[in-house]
Amino acid sequence: MRLTLHIWRQKGPKEPGRMVHYEARNANPDMSFLEMLDVLNEELTLKGEDPVAFDSDCREGICGMCGFMINGVAHGPRRGTTVCQLHMRKFKDGDVLYIEPWRARAFPVIKDLAVNRTAFDRIIAAGGYISVPAGSAPDGNTILIPKPVAEQAMDAAACIGCGACVAACPNASAALFTGAKIAHLGLLPQGQPERDQRVLKMVAHSTLEQFGSCTNIGECEAVCPKEIKLEVIARMNRDFIKAS
Amino acid sequence: MSMDLSSRVPSGAIERLWDKARFEMKLVNPANKRKYNILVVGSGLAGGSAAASLAELGYNVKCFCFQDSARRAHSIAAQGGINAAKNYQNDGDSIYRLFYDTVKGGDFRSREANVYRLAQISVNIIDQCVAQGVPFAREYGGTLANRSFGGAQVSRTFYARGQTGQQLLLGAYQALERQVDAGRVKMFPRTEMLGLVVIDGKARGIVTRDLVNGKIESHAADAVVLGTGGYGNVYYLSTNARGSNCTAIWRAYKHGAAFANPCFTQIHPTCIPVSGDYQSKLTLMSESLRNDGRIWVPLKPGDQRPPNEIPEPERDYFLERRYPSFGNLVPRDVASRNCKAVCDEGLGVGNNGLGVYLDFADAIKRLGVAVIRERYGNLFDMYERITGEDPYKVPMRIYPAIHYTMGGLWVDYSLMSTVPGLFVIGEANFSDHGANRLGASALMQGLADGYFILPYTIGEYLARTKLDKVQTDYAEFKREESEVETITKRLLSIRGERTVTSFHRELGKVLWDYCGMSRNAVGLKLALGKIRELREGYWHNVDVLGGPEDFNQALEHAGRVADFFELAELMCIDALDRNESCGAHFREEYQTPDNEALRDDQRYCYVAAWVFKGANQPPELHAEPLKFEYVRPTQRSYK
Repeated sequence: MRLTLHIWRQKGPKEPGRMVHYEARNANPDMSFLEMLDVLNEELTLKGEDPVAFDSDCREGICGMCGFMINGVAHGPRRGTTVCQLHMRKFKDGDVLYIEPWRARAFPVIKDLAVNRTAFDRIIAAGGYISVPAGSAPDGNTILIPKPVAEQAMDAAACIGCGACVAACPNASAALFTGAKIAHLGLLPQGQPERDQRVLKMVAHSTLEQFGSCTNIGECEAVCPKEIKLEVIARMNRDFIKAS
Repeated sequence: MSMDLSSRVPSGAIERLWDKARFEMKLVNPANKRKYNILVVGSGLAGGSAAASLAELGYNVKCFCFQDSARRAHSIAAQGGINAAKNYQNDGDSIYRLFYDTVKGGDFRSREANVYRLAQISVNIIDQCVAQGVPFAREYGGTLANRSFGGAQVSRTFYARGQTGQQLLLGAYQALERQVDAGRVKMFPRTEMLGLVVIDGKARGIVTRDLVNGKIESHAADAVVLGTGGYGNVYYLSTNARGSNCTAIWRAYKHGAAFANPCFTQIHPTCIPVSGDYQSKLTLMSESLRNDGRIWVPLKPGDQRPPNEIPEPERDYFLERRYPSFGNLVPRDVASRNCKAVCDEGLGVGNNGLGVYLDFADAIKRLGVAVIRERYGNLFDMYERITGEDPYKVPMRIYPAIHYTMGGLWVDYSLMSTVPGLFVIGEANFSDHGANRLGASALMQGLADGYFILPYTIGEYLARTKLDKVQTDYAEFKREESEVETITKRLLSIRGERTVTSFHRELGKVLWDYCGMSRNAVGLKLALGKIRELREGYWHNVDVLGGPEDFNQALEHAGRVADFFELAELMCIDALDRNESCGAHFREEYQTPDNEALRDDQRYCYVAAWVFKGANQPPELHAEPLKFEYVRPTQRSYK
């Protein structure tokens, strides 16, 4: 396979960036998208050119470290799939691809395709937890949780914090990310004592980090690699109104 | 140099040891805890839970990770589950049985007292995680669900779909972020530990590199904790995350921490086979798949028919045939070796013949697609994404891959290394799994160390030790900083003709071929020569572009690979020295007539702890003898 790539190159957060044109001549349908970029980086290094910086770690779609836009779509064309799990068989020989970092005020670019997502950590720190110091827990089976409730909580808890929802949202809202944690903990009996405080603090913090407001567009749900549903935003809003 | 390898296990009946140890510990006055500074390197299940728990107790904690967030640590990728001796299924499980299974599974190369404690604590871990909101699988009545897992005949594994590691890690991460918000933990993401600072024989700090701007920085403390994971990436291709590395433990080794059993590396039987030389990592398919999937190869070598067209009588379900009582659930090392053996006989499937089928047709017939989707849906999806094949319709193809390292820094019963004040937890230490780890035990160990062991034992150390105040402008810190800078500069100045990746890939191939699933003396000696030669080449011919003050991913990788070269050598030395087979360490010269591992308890019933004696000097072996007072060493049999 041969592909034409236009990749966003930016030396640092304060430097201007631009699209740079590359030819990927040695792609193969069984490669992952990131392996295709690895091969490109090997070629660039041997030519003495600075390789393209991009984040990735587990490369099995669970750590949430990878992610960028391919032709304007967060994590690329395959639904429910992180870019590390996207394989080249999804593309055709001769395709032209535009690759850009997440773009949001709350996610400043570090270099090329790597961005700073620590704002997400601070939203969790604001209240995305259950306060239970080590050692203070009752026996696991004293808290009975109906199977459907546990499953629903698990659906929301599957969020990997990659930031695709923010990148896809025209408002750069973090509602899907924040809502997923609020839904996960709010659905469970263990999460009840702090439920009101949690939603108030997390929503307030999300605004503080300069994430935008949610206007129910649904782009976030469409690109979420874990297919988190918009319903979590409805849960967050309901909890927020009840708590305020 | 004499080395104190006393395990400091208290004396008495095994059931009472941990109680006794805790009672004998000196406590730190609650009001004084905030005066102590503790550095925790790594934010996975072990590091994250330790940092959170230490902060809850009131200590001042700094926590470091090379990823962009604590939540990315590789514990997140563990799929199958976590063991606990709850006996919720009423199937005869107990703390003693979990202890027994783990000692036996480890092929009698672990410390009994540590393993017993692990089994005891396992029940508290589940309680803790449930209370944090970890959404474990449930039965319709609302109770916790269990499944049985590789090597166990009871159902003691708790799970959250195929994402157990993720959910447990998020629980620890959320506890950690709560402490960040409370001001008791300062988090340093995208920060890599590159040096350990030892003052007056005690670990007193670390030197780090900020991966965004290249800044080299010192951090002083009263104790240092390493929860930096395993070193499987020394093989280049492994199921580990790309960034997983040995640098923190390796640099600690070079400052005096003994390295135990480096050759005990585990190969996981169920991974997606390699597809090409661009391959950047191998993907694990959870072992839980072996509960319902049946492993087979065609009876005829070179059978090119699609699997669904091969009739039953022409298939060999080789694990069920050779191990009638455990069948497809034999431990990882046994399953891996058997898969390799059938491929070596030319019976393997897939393009390169390096694969066996893992077939769900019978399970789907028996249970229906819906049940299989509920149990393994995300794994099947992942398989389909990577291979383009639908495992609901055609059998999966799997092949073994490096997955976990039982070896690591030597620690005593209190999880302290041979450097006082340096504690090592989780996969980074060697402690509980002997020569082979059982499925669903890694998560258990990481969390036991972090939530329930280290928070006590570190207090005991701080209470009993006189610690003078140290500052980062001390000569020891400056010296370590300059050493770290020298390595960085040297790597950037070579400007040779090969990429870091090409060297790493070649090193991995040598280790996989000669120090992988099976080893022999001739091969190991050959490997030692090849590794030394390749390392020479590396320092003369590697090309790392960019500068020391950049966000420079090639430079990060280059430093890690430099350490992998040295570790690879130690692994081969250790494998060569251990003239027996045990667990995952299979020396071809030492096997039973039916090709099982043949231990030599007379000569090798010990932990091999290696001590660094200087660059280009052979390391020195110290042995910690192992005594088995409860589980009598037997030949493992899964027939």
